[in-house]
Parts: sequence; C-alpha cells; structure tokens
Amino acid sequence: MATGIKDKVAIIGMGCTKFGERWDVGAEDLIVEAFEECIQDAGINPSEIQAAWFATCFDEIHVGKSALPLAMILHLPYIPVTRVENFCASGTEAFRGAVYGVASGAYDVCLAVGVEKLKDTGYGGLPAGGGGNLSWFVRPNITAPGGFAMLASGYSAKYGISMDDVKKAMAHISWKSHQNGSKNPKAHLRNTPSIEEILNAPMVAYPLGLYDCCGVSDGAAAAIVTTLDIAKSLKKEHEIITVKALQVALSNGEEASFTNWDYDHIIPTTRAAQLAYNEAGIKNPREEISMMEVHDCFSITELVTYEDLGICERGKATKDVLDGFFDLGGKIPCQPDGGLKCFGHPIGASGLRMLYEMYLQFLGKAGERQIKEPKLGLTHNLGGFPFMGIGSVAIIGRYKD
Amino acid sequence: MAGIVSYGAYIPKNRISRMTIFQANAWFAPATIQFAQGEKAFCNWDEDALSMAVEASRDCLKGLEKKEVDALYLASTTLPYADRQNAGIVATALNLKEEVVTADFTGSLKAGTTALLSALEAVELGSKKNVLVTASDRRETKCAYLYEMWFGDGAASVMVGKDNVIAEFKGSYSVSYDFVDHYREAGKKTDYIWEERWIRDEGYMKIIPEAINGLLKKYTLSVGDFSKIIYPCIFKRTHRAIGKLLGASKEQVQDNMHEVCGELGASHPIAMFISALESANPGDKLLVVSFGQGADALYFEVTENIKNLSPRNGISGSLANKRDITSYEKYCIFRDLLAVEMGIRAEAGGQSPLSILWRNRKLVLGLVGGKCTKCGTPQYPKSHICVNPECRAFHSQEDYEFADKEAKVVSYTGDLLAISLEPPAIYGMIQFEGGGRMLVDFTDCELGELQVGQKVRMSFRKRWHDKERGFHGYYWKAVPVKE
Repeated sequence: MATGIKDKVAIIGMGCTKFGERWDVGAEDLIVEAFEECIQDAGINPSEIQAAWFATCFDEIHVGKSALPLAMILHLPYIPVTRVENFCASGTEAFRGAVYGVASGAYDVCLAVGVEKLKDTGYGGLPAGGGGNLSWFVRPNITAPGGFAMLASGYSAKYGISMDDVKKAMAHISWKSHQNGSKNPKAHLRNTPSIEEILNAPMVAYPLGLYDCCGVSDGAAAAIVTTLDIAKSLKKEHEIITVKALQVALSNGEEASFTNWDYDHIIPTTRAAQLAYNEAGIKNPREEISMMEVHDCFSITELVTYEDLGICERGKATKDVLDGFFDLGGKIPCQPDGGLKCFGHPIGASGLRMLYEMYLQFLGKAGERQIKEPKLGLTHNLGGFPFMGIGSVAIIGRYKD
Repeated sequence: MAGIVSYGAYIPKNRISRMTIFQANAWFAPATIQFAQGEKAFCNWDEDALSMAVEASRDCLKGLEKKEVDALYLASTTLPYADRQNAGIVATALNLKEEVVTADFTGSLKAGTTALLSALEAVELGSKKNVLVTASDRRETKCAYLYEMWFGDGAASVMVGKDNVIAEFKGSYSVSYDFVDHYREAGKKTDYIWEERWIRDEGYMKIIPEAINGLLKKYTLSVGDFSKIIYPCIFKRTHRAIGKLLGASKEQVQDNMHEVCGELGASHPIAMFISALESANPGDKLLVVSFGQGADALYFEVTENIKNLSPRNGISGSLANKRDITSYEKYCIFRDLLAVEMGIRAEAGGQSPLSILWRNRKLVLGLVGGKCTKCGTPQYPKSHICVNPECRAFHSQEDYEFADKEAKVVSYTGDLLAISLEPPAIYGMIQFEGGGRMLVDFTDCELGELQVGQKVRMSFRKRWHDKERGFHGYYWKAVPVKE
C-alpha cells in the first residue's frame, strides 16, 4: 500500500543564480553558478551524487536535447541523468525525479537542476510555437499573456465582480511582489511601481497590462536531496528540511472539450493541491500553511490560484488580496522573494527557485524578507495554459515539526 | 426541367469608400476620379476566393440536404492552387459526401456562367440530381490605377436541380472569342489591361449584344419579354448604353452594383442574378449574361416556388453587413501592398505536414468533431475515448458537424503580443449549442463587441499563407452575431 512521500526525503543543499537578463552568460555558466552554491550548502563531494534530473523547456534554443548537457557541463561521474520537461512546471519535475530517486531506495543522493536561457531566443517574451504537427493546423494565435488573460473575463463574469475590481486586486498582487522583490538581491526586477502606475500601464493582452506579466529572465537553480539518515549525519536537527508533499495533476481535455468549466480557475492546481494536502496531512490550509511561492506568471493566475489552493473560497480572493492577507506582513506571505513577477521566470529553473526561497526561510537566511518561524512552506508551479496545463504543488517543512 | 433550387452569397464585411482611395492617390492618378463613386467590398486579411466560396456555398445550402449534392463546380480566376483541386477543399469544408464530382472552372471571367451552364445541362440530362455551383473571386490590383476602383471581392452560389426549382432554366446561347480586354499570366498577381475605350467599343458594346441577340433569335423572343436583363460592365455609362442599344427600359436593366461592392470577377453575373431573384416574382423571365473572352447568355423563368425559399443572406444580406474602413493604408496592408514588419513572432511555424492534414481533413477543414453514442456528448476534437468524465467509453463516437452550430463566448482576450494584421489578435473559448467547445480565433470583430455569453457563428477563413512553400492553410474562426 503506497504511503506518500511525507518525511521520507530531506533537502540538504540548494543553490540559485541571480535571475535577469544575463547577457554575459550562457546555460553552461548558469548551471555551474547554481550548482556551486548548492554543493557547498550540502557539504558533500560532487562524486557522491548518484543520479540527476535536469529540467529545461526550450531545448531547441540553447542546451539541446537529452540530459547530456548537464552531465557534460558538471562532469558528473558517469551517472544516470534524465532530462524532464513539463512546460513551466519543469523545475518541479526535476525535483520530483530526484526525490523519488531517493525515496525508492535506489539512490542515496540525487541532484535536481533547472535552467533556462530565455534571452538567447531573440524574443521580448516567450518564443512562438513551431509547426510540423496537428496543432499547427488548428491552434489559435495564442500567446502566454492572452491564454491567461482569459481567466480574468471568465472570473469576472462567473462571480459578478467588475473588471475594475478584478484589476485592482491584480494590481495589489503585483505591487506586493515588487515590494518583496526590491528586498531580494537575486531578483531580476527590483523596482517598486505604485498601484497607480500598475493600473495605468500599457495593455499587453486585455485586461493584463505590462505589470501584470512576469519577467522574462535567464537563470538556474539546483537542489540536492538525500535520505533522512544521511541528512541527520550532515545537518543540525532544526536544519533538516523534508518534503511533506509533492503532487502533480495534468489536464485531460475536459477544460478544452467538455462543457463544464468556465475559464475562471485552474483545475490541475485544484486537484494537485487536494492530493498534496492529503499527502501532508493538512486539513485546513488557510490555517496551516505559513508561506507560499505560487506561479504568478500573470497576476490573474496568482489571484485564482489562492482559490485553487483552497486558501480562499471561490469568488472571495479579491477581498483577501486587498486586505493584505498575502502581503509580506500578512497571514500567509506569498511570493516573499518577488515571485515569477520580479525574481523572474527562467522556465526550467522556476520550480526549484520557489523551493529555494522556502528553504532559505526555514534556515533563517532570507534577510530583509525573513518570515517569523514558518512551519509549512508551499510551492505551486504551473505549466501550459488554464485550459490545458500541469499543476504541481510541493510542501516542505522542518522534519521535527 | 432543370433550374435554380436555391442561392447563397458572400460579400466580405470590409468596405472602403472610393473617395478614400481617391484622396490617397489623387496626386498620382487624378483620372481615377471617374470611378470614385460609392464603396467597394474587399476581403479581410484572412479571406480569399476559396474561403469566400465556402461561405457562399454554406449560405446556398441552407434548408437543403447536403447528401443530395452530386457535384460541386467552383469557378474563379483567383484560386490559390494551380494544381490541388480547389473545389475539393471546398467540398471537404462543406463535409459533402465522398461520391461527388468536383471541378474547378477557371481562366476567364465568364467561368461562373460556364460552370452554371454545365451544371444545368448535366441535371437536364439526368446524369446529376443536384449540382452546387459557386463562383468567387478576389482580384488583386496595384495601387492608384483604374482597376483598383472597378473591382470588389465576393462569391455567389446557386444550387442547380430539378425539384422545387425557383427559376426554371429555359435556354442559352454562347459565343467564344479570344477578345483580350485584359489578361493575367498564370502565377502573376495583377492584370494587364488594354485601353478602356477599345474595351468599351469592340468588347462590351459588341459581344454582349451579340450573345443576347443570339439567344433572342434562337428562342424567338424579344427584349420586352424579360423582366430583368442582367449583364456585367465595369463602365456605368456603357452599361446603360448597352441597355439602350438593346431597346431595354431603365427598369429592365439590372444594376451593375458598382456603388455597393464593385465588380466581383467570375462571381459577378451570378451575384447580379441573385440580386434580381431577391426581388423577382413568379412568371418573371430573367436573362443572365457574362463577359470574358466571349459571353454566355442564359435565360430563366421564375416559378411560384420562389415564395417558399427559406431565409438566407444572399446578396442583400451580405450587402447589409458592412464596416467602413477609413484608412487606405489598412486596405493596402490587408492586400499585401504595403510591407509591414511583422517581427520575430512571424517566423514561427514552418511546413504543414500533408500526411497529418489528410488524416485530419474533416477535423481541420470540415470542423467535424464527434458525438458519443453512449452518453450523447458532442466533443471537438473527435477522439477514441469520450471526454465526459462520467462516460470515458472507448471507440463510441460518430462524426458530428460543428460548423453550422451557434456558440457562445466562454472567455476572450485581445492580445497585443500575438502577431496580427489588425491588432489586437482576438481569441477565446466558445461553447456550442448542444454541447462541445473549442478555443478559437475571432475575426470580423472589434474587442468591444465581445463579452462573456456573446453569440457567435463559425466562418471559414485562410489561417495562414506559407509564402516560402506556397501553402495556404485554412481553418475556422468565430464571428460575433448581432442580436
């Protein structure tokens, strides 16, 4: 009988590069930058790594296919390395591979690395899709901002909230993330626009404006995971951070083809969260989750995610947002490191970067952003689109708690 | 007796006032003022002769059984393919049965009436029961020249059959001459035109009366027998002069539609014919003539059945649906006459896998999905496993057509990042009446026209043109329906 992942695997090291327009470095440099911090934090020798998982989305653009780039760049000792990809949820997939590698009992020490070099695509945003398949004949002229912007119209219509009020809540979400990002030396964007500036920004895809859309950035992040026994031999008791839950849910065509979804929320997130809370033994997330990093590719995504994660009731998130519930000083600080919005969104790295911030918070290393005595940290990493996507939820916390 | 069973038409929504064109070009081509009356209709950036042919055919098929169609004849001088049957693409879009004869009639502006004549003769002979005849043209012109003023874009369609005809076919007379008023080499974009005065004197004024008089003589009729004499002529004065020459009254001569849309190429005689049918009475005799390296003259007698024809857009409905384009630059950009920088996003995509298109031709061109025979759920795309979470039956779906179903907007956006010839790119999710949904591009619509719950209908459009490989990709888009 399966017993879930709770408290079976510990994180002993994490690393993350500065995210941003890193014109002077390529994926090969970013990977080493993240790995160096990670291996030093773990306090082990690279030769002890027994298996690795590697996440990157646009292999066509920089690293190329297969997992060879990671093995070659880090000169890993002829170990198994697997490349994984699930759009923007790829980072969590790499973590998942490494965690299950340890939990299965097949390996003692596993590595997860995610990297993306978006600024080599030549695009201001994400590159447009390629041809050569059935989707090419029928896919509408969709971009990432547009695909998520539609959540706003659907949400507004379903709950009878005016678009003005939805925009105000969205603006507060972005404002709050910018305030946090300005406290983070590794963040891509560190400016602090006012609510006014955010509301009056140029339109990108109705109703999302410039400040409703996350940064387009280069970056890499890494994690080393191991068994509880090995973690206990390396770390002090209160520094042992374990995985409490790790769940993924994928769309199955119902949103896109079946008549039962109003483009107002994201089903994969909702399902993954339910599975994760079960796995971690959480009954009331609003009371038990201390802090979160969610997938704020667009401010509207963050808004509906609060409801998908069961923190807010359906249709009620705007109120909590404007009350400051998710601000750094609020009940559940969300995006303490600035989120995708300000830290940036190098696709393969993001899921791991989210875990990095939660990990720093537990170790008391979050500087100006430090949250007092967190108990449970949740990361939410989303890939694809609201109508066809991948929702992953990971929950970590101290082993002793 | 064979005759017309129904009709349909499609004139694109875009109109540009000829004065707008003239004002942009007066400094260069002051003589174009001669033809600067009214407005012309022109394709949206996502329309061409083939897409318009599908729309006109759909209008024509209203109230009829598609499975009764034995043949589809497509007439045009501006079809995208020289070799890939264009009529076959139309037949697939209409989801006609496989056992049909499809043919492209091209090479002349009289191709429309020639196709019609062939259809009537086949039905008269009894070798075909019902033939759908559609003519369509989108003629390209350079800027600041007379033909920019003369031509419009449009498609017209008639169903030829024997049962319940609304206009009985009585006879025809044709002449063929290599009279080259203009020509266009295969693969060339625009026409080469000789002097207008010569075209008028040696062409219109001689050949059209010759065809009409030939018909009158053949059937021992006189001009006075006809309620309407229908013939094209881009010169309004000459159009009137032909009528005078024949001894027809002003009321008998069917208007050449210059002021409301312009001359629609091979579809024009049929478009004018439909316009005449829209106000015809039982017993009226109509004479329909074309002009293009000779002329076909066909005559019909309207029957009582015209009163029972179910509603359709036709010409009057198409003409009523319009939006005024006040920017000549926009007109030029839509017609690829002005080079605009589309940016790096335009590089996306590439080859269109033909083997994938073949397997999925009904899904892509016909907008055919599936309906589960176990739980009754319509779904697009059709799949091996039912999408209904309460069902999930394997191999249970039958073909289900979505093209003519009305739908409502579930959500939408106007995207300024996605490339578009008319930003913002508008797309969204729609839900069909009866069930089923899909993500679609919207067209012929402004962002302000949309809201959640807005009614839309599906329209067949040119989704992209791969210039490098010479591939024209077609698919369906949603158009808001005015309530």
